Amino acid sequence: MLEAVSALDAASFNGFARIEEAGLRGMITLRGDLGSTGVKNAATGVAGVDMPGRREANCVGEKGIAWMSPDELLVLVPYAEAEHAAGVISRALAGEHALVANVSDARAMFYVSGDGAREVLAKLSPADMHPETFRPGQIRRTRLAQVPAGFWMRDTETFEVICFRSVADYVFGLLKNAAQPGSEIGYF
Amino acid sequence: MTHRLHDHGRLVHADRPVEFTFNGKRMEGYEGDTLASALLANGQLLVGRSFKYHRPRGIVASGAEEPNALVNLGSGRRAEPNQRATTTEIFEGLEARSQNHWPSLEFDIGAINGRLSKFLPAGFYYKMFMWPRAFWKHVYEPVIRQSAGLGPAPAARDSDRYEHFNITVDVLVIGGGIAGITAATEAGGSGARVLMVEQTAHWGGRAPADRAEIDETPAADWIEDRIGALEDMDNVHLRLRTMGAGIYDHGYALAYERVTDHDPSDTAPRHRLWKIRARQIITATGAIERPLGFAGNDLPGVMLASAARDYVENYGVSPGDRMVIVTNNDDAYRTAIALYEAGVDVPVVLDARREALGELPAHVRGLGIRVETGHAVAKVKGSAKVEGVAICLQVGEGTVQEEIACDAVAMSGGWSPVVHLWSHAGGKLTWQADAAHFRPDPDAAPTGAGGEDFVAAAGSASGALDTAGALKDALAAARRAVSALGLKPSKDKPPAARAEDTDPMSPVWIMPEGAGHELRSKMWLDYQNDVKVTDVQLAAREGFESVEHTKRYTTLGMATDQGKLSNINGLAVLSDALHADIPSVGTTTFRPPYTPISMGAIAGEARGALFQPVRKTPMHDRHEAAGATWEPVGHWRRPYCYQRPGESIEDAVHRETVNARTNVGLLDASTLGKILVKGPDAGRFVDMMYTNMMSNLAVGKCRYGLMCSENGFLIDDGVVARLGDDTWLCHTTTGGADRIHGHMEEWLQTEWWDWKVYTANVTEQYAQIAVVGPKARDVLEALGGMDVSAEALPFMTWADGTLGVVQARVFRISFSGELSYEIAVPAGQGGAFWDALSSVGEAHGMMPYGTEALHILRAEKGFIMIGDETDGTVIPQDLGLNWAISKKKDDFLGKRGQERSHMTDPDRWKLVGLETLDGSVLPDGAYAVDRDLSRHANSAELKPGIEAGKNANGQIAMCGRVTSTYYSPNLKRGIAMGLVRGGPDRIGEVIEFARTDGTLIKTKIVDPVFYDKDGEKQNA
Repeated sequence: MLEAVSALDAASFNGFARIEEAGLRGMITLRGDLGSTGVKNAATGVAGVDMPGRREANCVGEKGIAWMSPDELLVLVPYAEAEHAAGVISRALAGEHALVANVSDARAMFYVSGDGAREVLAKLSPADMHPETFRPGQIRRTRLAQVPAGFWMRDTETFEVICFRSVADYVFGLLKNAAQPGSEIGYF
Repeated sequence: MTHRLHDHGRLVHADRPVEFTFNGKRMEGYEGDTLASALLANGQLLVGRSFKYHRPRGIVASGAEEPNALVNLGSGRRAEPNQRATTTEIFEGLEARSQNHWPSLEFDIGAINGRLSKFLPAGFYYKMFMWPRAFWKHVYEPVIRQSAGLGPAPAARDSDRYEHFNITVDVLVIGGGIAGITAATEAGGSGARVLMVEQTAHWGGRAPADRAEIDETPAADWIEDRIGALEDMDNVHLRLRTMGAGIYDHGYALAYERVTDHDPSDTAPRHRLWKIRARQIITATGAIERPLGFAGNDLPGVMLASAARDYVENYGVSPGDRMVIVTNNDDAYRTAIALYEAGVDVPVVLDARREALGELPAHVRGLGIRVETGHAVAKVKGSAKVEGVAICLQVGEGTVQEEIACDAVAMSGGWSPVVHLWSHAGGKLTWQADAAHFRPDPDAAPTGAGGEDFVAAAGSASGALDTAGALKDALAAARRAVSALGLKPSKDKPPAARAEDTDPMSPVWIMPEGAGHELRSKMWLDYQNDVKVTDVQLAAREGFESVEHTKRYTTLGMATDQGKLSNINGLAVLSDALHADIPSVGTTTFRPPYTPISMGAIAGEARGALFQPVRKTPMHDRHEAAGATWEPVGHWRRPYCYQRPGESIEDAVHRETVNARTNVGLLDASTLGKILVKGPDAGRFVDMMYTNMMSNLAVGKCRYGLMCSENGFLIDDGVVARLGDDTWLCHTTTGGADRIHGHMEEWLQTEWWDWKVYTANVTEQYAQIAVVGPKARDVLEALGGMDVSAEALPFMTWADGTLGVVQARVFRISFSGELSYEIAVPAGQGGAFWDALSSVGEAHGMMPYGTEALHILRAEKGFIMIGDETDGTVIPQDLGLNWAISKKKDDFLGKRGQERSHMTDPDRWKLVGLETLDGSVLPDGAYAVDRDLSRHANSAELKPGIEAGKNANGQIAMCGRVTSTYYSPNLKRGIAMGLVRGGPDRIGEVIEFARTDGTLIKTKIVDPVFYDKDGEKQNA
């Protein structure tokens, strides 16, 4: 294996929120019947967290499971373990109708942190960012300005934002622009 | 003359002077002034010229409804035309310039139009400029463009920032007057998440200037107290300088925040567009006073009565030394009182009503001010500004009884609730006859997805014009909203205000009521667009019965103020002329935004580098370093070619094309779509998606496939690889990746929801690199690893393995006709893998090539390109791709469409190769001239009366067009593909393609495969 690099080489920006490219993360798309024991066991076995409910993301450190749609999960693992983990899930679901794909390289991930993080995202996404509505343990598949994106919270003040790798530069630009000092709103 | 009053003006700080310029002249105002109040304080009454007649225009209002005082603000990168002086807060160094005049505001040549007004009646441009026809383009339009129009568009790039902000609330309160405050207090108290926005810089609306008392305290104190309490509520947000711009379906609303207009900043955004999802919306948007129609009502110095008292009470500015008041209601008497107390002379109050016995007229009489009921303004004296009024009886034709000298006139024609926002999402109106206005019909509110009301009007916006009524109404509206949310309304009593003893207003629209044409032709309805009473009456006589048609014919209400002052008056004049009642004539449609919002706010962050997302492949930086010329392909940037020093773009393309045929080329193919299709029904599914059979593809093999729409038209193509028993990998075109994935999901989710198939778009997981050319195998072998020999990996197969140190999937496929491998590696290693290939390839003469070389290579082989050979009207059969259409399958998307008679018409244009006889390159998109009409005897061209060589429209008949055309550096001549009637049946024939200069190019129809017809090279 050659050295794998993330899209932006851990670029970062300090505005009224901190924006930081998170580097590589293992991500596995798992499509299947989320009610089936097989799918649940395969996902939770690899990620070591509980199965999330609708619009939820259970994450501990680099591992986790995010609900993506009624028949799709995103299983998170450290990047180096992704290919292996995808294999483990595939084999566990050999007898079941399911699709497993390692999409780690298809994505870019950012951390958006600090008091202003919610405001930064609310400038770009129509999701309700009110602290009573969006909390750790939840996920939104949404958009940031003109591109698809998703996010969840790793703790009370840090968001993990994912987008497609090809638009990493655009999304980093959006987040930096939204976090520009002087453009604080003071809403949340 | 207008002037500053000392010790007046609750909003200005006389101890904090602010300097600004108007038309280059230095002036001084106070902090808290609007540009309008500051101009008046400096005696600047004349602020602009009207649109059509270039009449002098003065400030007429004090808020968002102002039609006249439009100015250019700022300069250079902060220039903006058409800004209302009444809503512009002054700051140190503000630059304002009047507009719509030449050469100067005081002396304007265009004012001659006013003398010609007899010849410029309603609809004049529809009548005058019809003939002679050629005059429109060369005479009329250039002249009109020069003389009409408002401020000039800014020339420099905007230096400010703009942004959007999305929030979700339970209750949005639009308008921060006493009704809004009452509603927000009630909603906030229920625990709901509340946002209240106010378009001005101050809470409380008109109440302080109108000297309302609430809960036995002056309104200003009550407002301060309530705002303080709201600020203490965690669930309530308040925002000044934020206008509710529009209400849309499903509780969506836009609010326009002018963040730094009053205090320009290099860091904060200038405007912020709030995108609000609200469960309930309360429109507490107040009411707007109407002008009265009397001759000369557009002269500078004539002002709304409410505006006159706003300038006195709020800004400490007198609208004149001697102001006549003319009214049809009690409210205007407040202005008389305010002016009197400020020391301004009020010679007379003219009241069109027979009598005025309410407490306000009584108070005014008690001050010794002359009140004349049953009287009207016959005409305003003066040419550039008010010099006096001639008074007459309201009944009759306007015989002048007396002339009264004055320099200002305050008028009040009654009040219209601001129903705009209520109406945006479908709220209906009802006519309130006693107040002569439309107000929201509470039984016909805008409804949400579940049929529930989601907008409630509150206070004067719902027709409750008096303080006590407005407070009561607002509380009731808020309670309805709170209940609709499932929360508990309070049991509080409404804030108390004393009910005033008033007489009803009288619906007077023009004065005097029997005014003749001479007077009516000087009564302005729309100040900005110069629409007069006579214009609307003429429209009615000419048969314009619909208010919407009359609006467009006369341009009433079509100016930048959207008729905030003129609509109801114009409507009343129209209904009178039509002998119909006002509600049966109806209003024009209210559309967002309430007042104009900046283009910057709409664009938000989408400008400069963030204008559009640019998609970059994992090798983007390598291409950049290699000097790529970029080509946008969808949102992707792909290298068009890699120019070397001293090379032209054409040279580079030719070098790359030849090198791929003679040595080896390297292509970044990462943008091609890659969609995984998996499941027990996946075979059945891909058979439906593609025209050819995909279910019988063996694992390890690849097959080229076509996708059609239901109508049979070709929508995408690409190579399908079977990865496993129940897994296919579908390659799509670059532009097709998202579209085809959506297309697949749509069929799976809506039609074949019971099929066991999952798809995943894995396009971006891989960096895909094509190694193309006779030496391609040598390069891969130099890298080492898996066996890529012809035996181990024959044409149209794939294999997983390692190349060098990288885990790769290698497809032996070719879009160039050369020996070619497309190698997919994880995107994170794409850059490094590109480097590794480049370094081993050097010894083999490898060069990267771009999209143009790719196009030439495929065209030399007669391979079609989606978007060149197809345009949404082309079926695979047109392209000679019948071999890729399965006859064994019962069905596939497009099958039935392709069986329709028009699709099987032998006259359809079909794909051929084209070679000019002189070897030149055909122009792209050129059409072939049809000389051979005998070939299609059934077609329209030979019908009786149609000239030979012409079509049914008398145009030259055509029989084909060029779809792809290139200079082939390998064949050293022009090659092209095109769609031609008769298609391959005509191979060998010479036809003619037309250049745009009318000359013709003799071109031979040939086979579309120009190079290596037997495919020996790709199979090597």
